[in-house]
Amino acid sequence: MIVAERKPLEALVKMLEGQGKVLAVGCGTCVTVCFAGGRQEVATLAATLRMKRSIDGAPLEVSEAMVQRQCEHEYIDALEEQVKKHDAILSLGCGVGVQTLAERFPGVRVLPALNTLFMGLPTEQGVWEERCQGCGNCVLDKTGGICPVSRCAKQLFNGPCGGSKNGKCEVDATIDCAWHRIWERAEALGTVEALMQVEPPKDWSSSRDGGQRRLVREDLRAPQAKEST
Amino acid sequence: MNAPAEPALKSPGNLERALADGRFAVTAELGPPRGCDAAAVRKKAQILKGWVHAANVTDNQAAVVRMSSLATGLIMIAEGLEPIMQMTCRDRNRIAMQSDLLGAAAHGVKNLLCLTGDHQSLGDHPGAKNVHDLDSVQMVAMVRAMGEGHFQSGADIPGGGPQFFIGAAENPFADPAAMRPYRLRKKAQAGANFIQTQLVYDLPRFRAFMKKVVELGAHKEVAILAGVGPLKSPGMARHLREKVPGMSIPPELDARLAEAAKGIDPADKPALSRAWREEGKRICVELIREIREIEGVAGVHIIAIEWEQAVPEIVQAAGLSLEDAR
Repeated sequence: MIVAERKPLEALVKMLEGQGKVLAVGCGTCVTVCFAGGRQEVATLAATLRMKRSIDGAPLEVSEAMVQRQCEHEYIDALEEQVKKHDAILSLGCGVGVQTLAERFPGVRVLPALNTLFMGLPTEQGVWEERCQGCGNCVLDKTGGICPVSRCAKQLFNGPCGGSKNGKCEVDATIDCAWHRIWERAEALGTVEALMQVEPPKDWSSSRDGGQRRLVREDLRAPQAKEST
Repeated sequence: MNAPAEPALKSPGNLERALADGRFAVTAELGPPRGCDAAAVRKKAQILKGWVHAANVTDNQAAVVRMSSLATGLIMIAEGLEPIMQMTCRDRNRIAMQSDLLGAAAHGVKNLLCLTGDHQSLGDHPGAKNVHDLDSVQMVAMVRAMGEGHFQSGADIPGGGPQFFIGAAENPFADPAAMRPYRLRKKAQAGANFIQTQLVYDLPRFRAFMKKVVELGAHKEVAILAGVGPLKSPGMARHLREKVPGMSIPPELDARLAEAAKGIDPADKPALSRAWREEGKRICVELIREIREIEGVAGVHIIAIEWEQAVPEIVQAAGLSLEDAR
């Protein structure tokens, strides 16, 4: 899932300076599951903002809305009438949700209430960890299902750096050293021999380094779209 | 009878020649200044000159901004001290690396140490974006390919590629311990000519590491220089143990430093410091003597951070000579 957390209240208050009527929109998918932008979080944030602005002597009207998925136009079309009645949209979706709203409703400001953090999973109650950076060329077959791109602070492909201690990363002692885990898993699976080979430089052009990425599936496109491009 | 043909040396620098001759290699470290003071570099170079085959010039070590290793290395060359230019994967992509390497070779830099680099979060610009386009093993392979006349892309380098004596690092004390000898061998297979290790204070662990390296035969593919360094104080020992990733320092050494300062008025800081430093040098000399006897060790790399004056004293006390056989 995409993991996000709410921006600090002060940052949101500053962002909303000068706004009078705001539509706070949550998302029912990833950010609901990670307790950042679901129905409950929308209600809490809306109430907090109303109270804060009221105390500050500049009342803010905050309406609340939920969509199942902010990242698809079909799901947000239903907001159209509500959007017209507001000065701005405060999205509690991930960065994709914010931009989808901005694309669909170009006449209104769309503001992010969350910081989108990473693609990951909950590892225990209240803890989430990154697992994928979408590099566009998966290497998990070579690394025992443990990703050195997203889980090694230096994105190493040929073993750990000199800073691995007691199985932890030099950057943060609460984070596992990815290569320690890769090695342990290879030992357990009897595949250490494969880690002895020099892994050549990665082609990063499929990653963010190649510019904004776009996927085109001709087999799925509508015939008119194919003709126009 | 014909004399045996001498093996062709890649870049006949002091370090490569010494190792090729079977001499015991001695290298040290020169940390560039945090400003643009060339005189500070010249001063350090003069202290080390004549006592070591070559000296590492660090590349923004600990992720703290300093004069570049290439620029500092050029001052060292002018002073007559052979640099081992360090380059990390943290700050440069493959384009910048190759560009700097062409420039370094054009200016007569002969040795290169390929490193991953300390993470920027540990340094003075923690908000920096890191690069890590290549890792250190891939960098070694790239430098070897450049020596054979090819850019990393595979295209030919007009006029032939730069000839570096290629180094890499290994930390025998970092985890996972079982992988470390294999990682050293991997660097040799990628094209490393020499390896410098993390500081050795824990002899039993270093011996176990070297035993495995010798078992793998990696010491025949790559010259291994063991890192050593004088402790300045019990505080430094504690700091290295607790703060520097992948360091193993037996507590007996703290005790020896404390013992050396016994009877000195704790308020007399200069006297305390002198006593600790003398003991630190003695420990270092003892370690060098022990390490020299370990099979597979081809030399020592003396790291005396901001204490270059200690290097000539240690070299002399340990009875090292640049002409000594291994």
